[in-house]
Formats: sequence, structure tokens, C-alpha cells
Amino acid sequence: MPTQSGIFHDNYRSDQQLRPTTMQRLRIVLVFAFLIAAPFFLGENEMRIANRVLIACIGAIGLNILTGYTGQISLGQGAFLAIGAYACGLLMVPMTGLENLDLPALFNVLEAPLRIFAAWEAPWLIALLLAAIITAVVGGVFGLPSLRLKGLYLAVATLAAQQIIGWVIINWDPIDGKLDGRTTDALNIPPNLLFGNEVWRLNNNEYAFYWFALVITIIVVLAATNLFRTHIGRAFIAIRDQDIAAEVMGVNIFRYKLLAFATSSFLVGLAGAMLALHSTAISFERFTIEVSIEYLAMIIIGGLGSVSGSVYGAAFVIILPEVLRNIGTSIAGTNPETLSEFNRILPFAQQAAFGLAIVLVLIFESGGIKKMWQNVKDYFRLFPFDY
Amino acid sequence: MNTQKIMTFLRKNPLLVASLMVLAYLIVLLFREATASPNDTLKFLRLTYAGLSDGALLALISLGLVLVYKSTDVINFAHGEFMLLGGFIGYQFLVWFEPLTATPVTIALAIIGMIVVAVIIGVFLERVVLRPLIGEPIISVIMVTIGMSNIIHAIVGITWGNLPKALPIEVVPDNLFTESGRFEIVMEGARRPLFLAHENVVLIGVVMLVTAALMLFFQRSKYGIAMRAAADDQQAAMSMGISIRVVFALAWSLAAVTAAIAGLMIGETSVGISGQEIPVVGLRAFPVIILGGLDSITGAILGGLIIGLVEVYTGGYIDPSLKNVMPYIVLLIVLMIRPYGLFGQQIIERV
Repeated sequence: MPTQSGIFHDNYRSDQQLRPTTMQRLRIVLVFAFLIAAPFFLGENEMRIANRVLIACIGAIGLNILTGYTGQISLGQGAFLAIGAYACGLLMVPMTGLENLDLPALFNVLEAPLRIFAAWEAPWLIALLLAAIITAVVGGVFGLPSLRLKGLYLAVATLAAQQIIGWVIINWDPIDGKLDGRTTDALNIPPNLLFGNEVWRLNNNEYAFYWFALVITIIVVLAATNLFRTHIGRAFIAIRDQDIAAEVMGVNIFRYKLLAFATSSFLVGLAGAMLALHSTAISFERFTIEVSIEYLAMIIIGGLGSVSGSVYGAAFVIILPEVLRNIGTSIAGTNPETLSEFNRILPFAQQAAFGLAIVLVLIFESGGIKKMWQNVKDYFRLFPFDY
Repeated sequence: MNTQKIMTFLRKNPLLVASLMVLAYLIVLLFREATASPNDTLKFLRLTYAGLSDGALLALISLGLVLVYKSTDVINFAHGEFMLLGGFIGYQFLVWFEPLTATPVTIALAIIGMIVVAVIIGVFLERVVLRPLIGEPIISVIMVTIGMSNIIHAIVGITWGNLPKALPIEVVPDNLFTESGRFEIVMEGARRPLFLAHENVVLIGVVMLVTAALMLFFQRSKYGIAMRAAADDQQAAMSMGISIRVVFALAWSLAAVTAAIAGLMIGETSVGISGQEIPVVGLRAFPVIILGGLDSITGAILGGLIIGLVEVYTGGYIDPSLKNVMPYIVLLIVLMIRPYGLFGQQIIERV
């Protein structure tokens, strides 16, 4: 039960609750009420932003598991998102151009599974899950160097992963569908129907996609929160805080680091696959190093090592440019001269605001939005005292 | 060293041995390719020259990164934007001086102005952005430099636009050495002579000059020695009366100056200074510093030349599209075999 001096539990059931106090429960009910009511009063454009926030939440939680909780810096999130998106897309459409595939002799074993993979038109839900699993496997492979590399070196190694994966996707023709006559890098996504009903088509239908994304996001948030109440999550945190000490305590560093990479990549791949489902075509411009940096910024601004922080950060980073655009539009008015000037400055203003947010958070409150929100709550709870 | 010791060393490092063998094989292949006919030799020399001048540029960029890492333990992801900003400041000075006659004096004045402003910017950023983060986790330091790079990029974009801007005055005059703007070396039996553009010759010269100046600075001057002492052991240096603040400010301003020179040289050797291109060039320095060792100036120079050559040989002999990704493959291999690079200090980690 909550008192002025803290929260005291007198039975195991209350001790294990995620949200033990009445205020916390009230807040979560309000949040849910808002999330359910949102589609009924938001326009199409706002819903598109909301969907991007939901997808970013999943990706940011994935990155936070790796970087915030396990302490392994990754600059390769954009590439892993791309793997999720392209895997999902390629599972749903038959891959053309594999007929004249000459694999090096060493990889002949791979030919049969590749052909099955290429010919299969998977239902979108299966494609979604398989894409996440494929990304998890690739993430695990790229996690292998993490056993030898730490901190800075790992960051640069993941930067290399980003560049190499990007190069493979752009240059390996069967992936971007160049061979069936198109010349662009874009991969077209077939329509995905929820409940087999055209009304519930997910591509470019913001309202149907919202409900789908909301359900997935809630599952991911719950799973991630609970992950850090299990021995696996505790092992991740132990590795972050002091890896050698963790090893002495009996944590198998290699296994848990790989597991962290795989779990994180699973969620990032899921986010990437959802990006694919959300759109009618995907191309690599949406998965560059800037995207990796955007995701790192989300978890820094939201709060490292915190699931709720990832959600706040994702919302902040996605919504900030849109807010700037709206403020700018209202200032610019309709005068064509100011309007063209505004259009010139807007991308730079968005970029500057993004950079400024990172720098200010790091200099003044490195706990991020989560810590700021905590400070606000503490201020009111303890009012009129300081602590 | 006797044979037995060498054998034990080799047996303990199978990856190193394997990679050295692959490297030797590749060099033999390259040699055979290069000596097949006079035209092939021409191609080889042309690529080598391109690689060396590109590598010199990479070396200059990496120098700035190494200087900062060596004395402040910060890896500067904003270095590409330092180049961009420095280059544009040089551009602005040249624009202001353009109405005057373009003599070597005005160009020298513009470059001096650029260096002064770069020093001020370096000191300012160190004081305002980086000093509050001393002792924070690596991810915070990396992210603050990334945030800084976004801000600088935006400021440059608002001020000078995002399209490439050609320099108003040629810093390297076209007819510096010969009338045609390039050296021509006639080769027996080849299709055409080997052309060496003046700009690239000057670029290599500038890099050698900057390196020599830095070497002299670190060997002879009081502050250079102080910086080396601080890089070696900060605590001991402080207790000997060395001001770490001065050392940090010096490191950042030196990095900003080398970056500005690199930015101006890119503007001179390519179509112009561009907000889209230069940050990408900045990213290319990461394979270099990992290969050379994060804290070694020699490593930065040699690493730059090696990566430059690897890039052009890959582009010229294997596949042009592989050119940009090859340095990263080299980077991964180096990280696996020798994480501290060719000349980097091997750090023994303590708990």
C-alpha cells in the first residue's frame, strides 16, 4: 500500500504487480481510454503519424533491450529494419530472377531452400513472424563479434554491418526486383487483408492499421517489461553493469549477449516487417544510417534502459518534426515568398531541433524524458518539500 | 628471435597467418595484373595515383579523429560536419576576398581566416558541449557528437544551402606547374600518357605538410609534449601541472583546423563543397582509424593510404559498386584479427 514514505507490500501478489498503486492504475486506464478513442477524433494524417509512432515504439524497445539494458551499442538498426521489411515483402511476393542464380559451389546446399523461399507466397501474418525470426537470426550472427569487441569498437563494427547489409540489398538484384523489368530499387507489397476483408486492408489504410499496430505494440511492451523481471533480463543488466563480474556470478556472457542481439533484432525485424505491411512499396532509402541514428536518439531522449522511455522517445522523435512543420506553416501563412523560404528552411530546422534535443538531454538530464516525468511526479508527490 | 618463438607466435595467431597469406596472394595477383602489358601498367599507375591522393585526403581526415581520440577519449562522429563547416568558412572568406585581385596573398589570408575561425569553433564546442560529458558512458559521448553533427549540418544548410558550391577562386591555380594543369608522364607502348592533376599533387603535398607540422608540434613544442603526456596518463600529467583543459581545447581546435583544411581541399578537388557529400566522406574515415589504430598518428596516415588504395583497386579490378563497401569489410576483418589496429596501443582491461 502506498504511504508518504514509500510503497509497502504485505503479500506476494501485490509485490509482483507491475502497477501496484491506485494512481498508476488510474493513469494506465486513462492512457488506454485515449488510445482507443484516438481514431474516432483524429484525421487521416494524424493517424499516419500515430502508426509511425507505434512502429517506432517496437523498434526502439528492441534497440533499448540491446543498447540500454545490455550495454551493446548498435549503429546498425536501419539495416536490421531493412532486413525485416525486405524479408516480409519477399515472403509475400514470389521472388523473380532466381532462375539464373549461380551460387558459388560452396553454397549449393542453400539452393533448394532458397528456391522454396522464393516461390512461396506466404500469408502476411506468417510473413510478419518469419521476417522477425529471420532478422533475429541475422542479428545473432552480427552479434558474434560482440564477444570480442566492446563499446566504441562494437559501435564501429555495427556501422560496418549497416553499410554491408545496405550494399547487399541495393546490389543483389533478386532482392529489389530489378530483374522482372523494373528499374527502381522499390519492392512492391501486395495488399494485406485483416480478417480477409477489404475494409480492413492494412496498406495505406491508417485506421485499420492502427488497431493492428496497437495490439502488437501492447504485446511487445508487456513482453519487454516482463522480460526484465526474469533471469534473462537480469542477466542482460548484469552484463551491462559489469561484464566480468557477471561472468563470475555464473552468467554465460556469450550466450546472453547473443540472446540480447537476437531478441533485439527480433523486435527490430518485427518493426521493419510492419513498415512493409504499412506501405505499398519499400526501398532502401528508408533504412539508411540516418534511421539508425534516429532510433538511437529515441532511446537516448526517452531514457536508456527503460521500456516506457523507449515509448516516450519514439513518440518524441516522430512527432517533433510534424509539430515544427505545423508551427512553421502557421507562421509562414500563404504569402508565396515566405512559403518558399519556409520550405527551404524546414528540413534544416527539423534536423537542428533533432540534434538540439539530443545534446540538451545529454547535457542536462541524461535520464531522458522518463527521468523528467519522474521528477515531475516526485515534485507533486512531495510538495511542499524537496525530497 | 629464434625459430621456435616465431613458430609459437604463428601457431597462436592462425587468423593473422591466414589473412597474411590471403594478402600476399592478392598482392601477387595485383602484380601479375599490373605487369601484363603497358596498358595494364598504365591502368595500375593511374589507379595507384588516384588511390594515393584519395588516401592522403582520408589520412588528413583521420588525423583529426585520432587527435581528438588520443587526448580526450572521444570518437567524434561530427568530424564530417566539421569538414563541411570549415570548408564553407573558407569558401565564405574567398567570397569576401573575391573582389580583390586573386593573388597568393589573398588566398593565404582567406586560409588563415578559416583556420582562426576553426580554432574558435573547436574551443567553443569543447567547452559547451563536450566538457559536461567527461566521464559519461561511451554511448552518451557518441550521441552528443551525433547531435552536434545534426546541428552543424542544419546551420550550414540554412546559411549556404544544400547544393554543391564551387569555390569562387581557385585555391590551386590551374597553371601552377604546367600550362595544361596536369603533369604528363609518357609511357612506352601505352595508349596515352599518365596524367597527374595538379590539385591532387598539391593535396598530397598539403597532407605531408600538415603531418610534418603536427609531428614537429608533438616532438618539440611545450604544448605538444603536454598533449602527449596527457594522452599517456591524465592523472600523472595533471599532477605535473599540465592543464587538461588547455590540452582538450587544443585537441579540438587542431581537429577543427585539419577538418577545415580537408573540407577546403575536397571543395578544390571535386565539384564543390556539398552538404550531402562531405558528411559521407567523413564516415569513410572510420575504417581508416580502426585499421591504423585509434590513437596512432602514423596509423592514421598509413591507414588512410591503404584504405585509399584498397578502394580504387577494388573499384578498378573487381567491381565498381563494391568500392564503397570494401573498406568496411576490411574494417570487420581487422576488428576480428587485431582490434587495436596496426599501430594502436593495446589496452589491457582491468576490472
